[in-house]
Amino acid sequence: MKPAPFRYADPGSVAEALEVLAGEEGAKVLAGGQSLLPLLSMRLAAPAVLVDLNRVPGLDAVEVTEDGVRVGALVRHAELLAHAGAARVQPLLTRATANVAHPAIRNRGTTVGSIAHADPSGEMTAVLALTGGSVTVAEPSGERTVGWRDLFVGPLETSLPAAAVVTAAAFPALPPRSGTAFAEVSRRRGDYAVCGAGVVVTLDGDRRVAAARASYVSVGPVPAVHDLTGAVAGSPVEDADWAAAGALARTLVDPDGDLHASADYRRLLVGVLTERTLASAAAEAAAKATAA
Amino acid sequence: MSTSADAERTVRLTVNGVPREATVPVRRVLADALRDDLGLTGTHVGCAHGVCGSCTVLVDGDPVRSCLVLAVQVDGAAVTTVEGLARDDGRGGQVLHPVQEAFRECHALQCGFCTPGFLVTIAAGLEARDASTEITDEEVEDLVGGNLCRCTGYANIKKAVRHAAATMREGGRP
Repeated sequence: MKPAPFRYADPGSVAEALEVLAGEEGAKVLAGGQSLLPLLSMRLAAPAVLVDLNRVPGLDAVEVTEDGVRVGALVRHAELLAHAGAARVQPLLTRATANVAHPAIRNRGTTVGSIAHADPSGEMTAVLALTGGSVTVAEPSGERTVGWRDLFVGPLETSLPAAAVVTAAAFPALPPRSGTAFAEVSRRRGDYAVCGAGVVVTLDGDRRVAAARASYVSVGPVPAVHDLTGAVAGSPVEDADWAAAGALARTLVDPDGDLHASADYRRLLVGVLTERTLASAAAEAAAKATAA
Repeated sequence: MSTSADAERTVRLTVNGVPREATVPVRRVLADALRDDLGLTGTHVGCAHGVCGSCTVLVDGDPVRSCLVLAVQVDGAAVTTVEGLARDDGRGGQVLHPVQEAFRECHALQCGFCTPGFLVTIAAGLEARDASTEITDEEVEDLVGGNLCRCTGYANIKKAVRHAAATMREGGRP
């Protein structure tokens, strides 16, 4: 057995889970486990107690309204990926989830778990930021909503206390006259991204670029949203200089180098992926404007 | 289901259609429980942290990495391992799954270490898709992309996926 010894509880409600989390020193929440189990097996983490949410009823729903998509804590990546309603209201969800690991991992891993894990190389943290999303947090004192800016503190670190369970993540709907795109560069299909980019382009009523925003994967310690509108604002969508937006993006990011890629290479990829995804998102927004 | 934090639990599973039970330390992953507690050594443990895919089994029909799930987490579930892919032929013998047959036919393995993970992943993937349509290159790559093989270079594995898909299209099992 590779993980260090721990104890295990599988409570039947969020209240019971909070009871265990509050009562045990060094307790940690387990949902899909696709990030936590490797950390345990490599002994990078050694919690005293795991609190498994998988037996808690009511956390496995994807709720779609015209305002957005609410994803429960036990919704697996594979379920969100296959959810047509979610894809319609916020297409970034499906586009990003398709890049999350391999199918066998998506069958088990959860969208909310990957957000609570706060890995800078996670796709869904970037999507939460780019869509202006938030999470619902249950604590012994009650429930509260935490916006993405207040959630992420550092790599693998959130602002939440130990006795807390993230019960859902909320992703606002894509605004009108908008298009999205998501792309990654990774060593193999399904591997962690060397660099990834998600973008939203919004047009005005005259098919001119009104807003262009991007968020990146594996770039920087916490998710960030970069406003690239300045490079393309007011351009007719067909003539917008997406390369200029890519160049602007390169000046805004501050990636780290590691074993997989140097900081310079990551910055180069930010430029390339930004130009590519913005063009694709703009084409989608333009097609919608034509249809409407 | 319990709020008591235990160091050991008894787990009941249906493995390849047979009810099984084992009392395990809670830190034991499903892969080790299958191999060491239940004696099913067909499931191979390669990297033990979710990268290689050789330990992939089906949990309630879906492929999962058995090194990334604790045995206690799947208490009550139905698990299919590579040992459960072949079926009885009704005459005391067994018939290989079309994917296993295709691997043999196409020489899709060399050392065989990674093979169980490929077999269960591909079998589940082909059974889940509409068998009447021809499989695309993209589907084939998606089916094999999560598993590492360091011998074959994948060409023959992809050939075997197409071969098995064709067999299943012609009404071969399942």
